[in-house]
Amino acid sequence: MAVAAAHAHEAPHPTSTGLDSRKMVFWAFLGSECMFFGSLIATYVVYRGRDTAGPHPHEILNIPFTSVSAFVLLMSSLTMVLALAAVQRGDLRGSRIWLAATALLGMTFIAGQCYEFTEFFYEGLKLQANLFGSTFFVLTGFHGTHVTVGVIWLWSLFAMAVRGRLPQSRALDVEICGLYWHFVDVVWVAIFTLVYLIQ
Amino acid sequence: MTAHEEPATSHGDRAAGEHAHPGAKEYLAIAAVLTVLTAIEVAVFYVPSMKPILVPTLLVLSTVKFYLVAMFYMHLKFDHRLFSWLFVVPMAIAAMVILALLKLFGHW
Repeated sequence: MAVAAAHAHEAPHPTSTGLDSRKMVFWAFLGSECMFFGSLIATYVVYRGRDTAGPHPHEILNIPFTSVSAFVLLMSSLTMVLALAAVQRGDLRGSRIWLAATALLGMTFIAGQCYEFTEFFYEGLKLQANLFGSTFFVLTGFHGTHVTVGVIWLWSLFAMAVRGRLPQSRALDVEICGLYWHFVDVVWVAIFTLVYLIQ
Repeated sequence: MTAHEEPATSHGDRAAGEHAHPGAKEYLAIAAVLTVLTAIEVAVFYVPSMKPILVPTLLVLSTVKFYLVAMFYMHLKFDHRLFSWLFVVPMAIAAMVILALLKLFGHW
């Protein structure tokens, strides 16, 4: 039975497109996520500059700090593809190292966001303070939640790799997690430009 | 493994329309380009003479970064075109909604 289960992973069921159903569904999910973040970004840019009370973006946003956070998240995309490449060639040690590196970089990003939110709170920017506060915290908060989910997913894969349960035949599991992680990264590319740099 | 060698996958043979993923060298090169583009973005933000063209410059730079990650790290360049459509069409709808709302709220 164990052998049959192992083969079930290696030979996906045939589909009319010849493409893996899980990957197809995940790309459709990422498409829906595009529209979700598109609506949040739209809300932010539409209400930008319409505050009657402060604090305003140029008074509070810390560009050097956020630039480092953006760089950290970009580099986590690199470690993610290296993790996938390691799993695809059956390099268990490499997959453990790169998965852990990606998760740690993600945690560094989240820690930076927690610090930033705390600073903003003490400087008077709260969810209900003004339009900027509401739209900023909802947009970046949802992004941070996505990063957190990604970190949990990465540590789960890491635990599987440690137990030797992440062979080459399960590379698609890592690839799908990677797609999610890179999506979170490209969303931050958009947020960093539209929220932080274009004030 | 060379840069363009076929990696092992859970599929065995790749599905029609899919090509081999890049190797570590290509991934590192993309990361270097992304780092340089991010540095340029931040530098442009601080240069006063760039103010008149700041917004288009930043939009172009972030679009290039988005493209590089989607094409090379998410493998859209190498995977079946159907995946690209599943991603690009909703993204285009989202972009059009943003532009329509900006117009509706009198931003341009």
